[in-house]
Amino acid sequence: MNHRATMRRGYVRPMQGWWRRDPFFVKYMIREVTAVAVLVYAIILMVGVVRLSQGADAFNGWLAALKTPGSILLHLVLLVSMIVHAKSWFDIMPKTMPLLFVGGHRVEGSTITRAGYLVTIVATVLVLALVWGVRS
Amino acid sequence: MPDAQRIEIQVLRYRPEEEDKPVWQSYYVPFTNDMSVLQGLQYIKDELDGSVTFRWSCRMAICGSCGMMINGKPMLSCSTFLRDLLPGPVRVEALAHFPIERDLVVSVGEFVSKLEGIKPYIIPKEKRELSQGEYLQTPHELEKFEQFSSCINCMLCYAACPQFGLNPDFTGPGVLALLHRYNADSRDGGRAERMKIVNAEEGVWGCTAVGYCSEVCPKHVDPANAVNQNKVNSAKDFFLRFLSPKGATT
Repeated sequence: MNHRATMRRGYVRPMQGWWRRDPFFVKYMIREVTAVAVLVYAIILMVGVVRLSQGADAFNGWLAALKTPGSILLHLVLLVSMIVHAKSWFDIMPKTMPLLFVGGHRVEGSTITRAGYLVTIVATVLVLALVWGVRS
Repeated sequence: MPDAQRIEIQVLRYRPEEEDKPVWQSYYVPFTNDMSVLQGLQYIKDELDGSVTFRWSCRMAICGSCGMMINGKPMLSCSTFLRDLLPGPVRVEALAHFPIERDLVVSVGEFVSKLEGIKPYIIPKEKRELSQGEYLQTPHELEKFEQFSSCINCMLCYAACPQFGLNPDFTGPGVLALLHRYNADSRDGGRAERMKIVNAEEGVWGCTAVGYCSEVCPKHVDPANAVNQNKVNSAKDFFLRFLSPKGATT
């Protein structure tokens, strides 16, 4: 056996604070963090459904809670987070799906992303129109 | 060197026999507008300090040897020009997320074992005699894997992947993209074997779709797409085995 000392001593650099090293990583972290807003809003809606099943008083209590200043502030934060999340999600979408071919031609990633934006806007307008239609 | 300007190049030095951890060292390099960062380093090695160590070979962005962090971003030093980094200083560091062997040279052993592990060659679906002629492929079949075959193993995508940095066992973008290149090839029949690597703990599920790998790839391979397509394939593999009596092999 050869006991000669080796000079090899690989230096492993630390990963602490890795996400602050590049603006790309910061954007990635924003996408991940804003996913929490989607979860929080889903929970708020779920609570509404549970309160609805418990009767009119319970549901009105939930509605009243939504109208408090704290709740409105929270909803503004959630709205902004969701818009950011939706945009960043569609930005990465072409990378998460199989190659798409239409009429024998590859669909560009940017086209897929723009289609995503468009569907989001159309769906949002439709839902808003539906809600306002029901209210009036 | 006529009309030469000067630029400061800071190199992250690591000489394991001298230092416990890397240190920055500055060099002032005369350069012309057609000089790459690699040529700047070659000037340092030839004229200023012969001990500076780095890998390079082709000087034309095809061998994949000269990848390094240039001002914090993974790039090929042969295709990055000093004129675009004015006024400097230019900070040059070994590729992130790999152990530094010496100066700008990283350890590639693990990467090479992963690369060998995916069987990066066509395993013919059907054996053909020479007399039967070549394997035919339509342009559409070619398009399904062609971009993934452009990988030059430069490992920039690994230096861009924080998940690889956090867990060096992660198979990683480049190797998974090359795995997909063969799985997506209509002539290949090795998919069942390679899916074990896709499905493993260190396989595609280690990816969190940061997407920076595709951004830095000098050959537009889009490894993030290859990896994430295989999350779908891996999920299919998982669920289809409940339907298939022989287990999912496709």
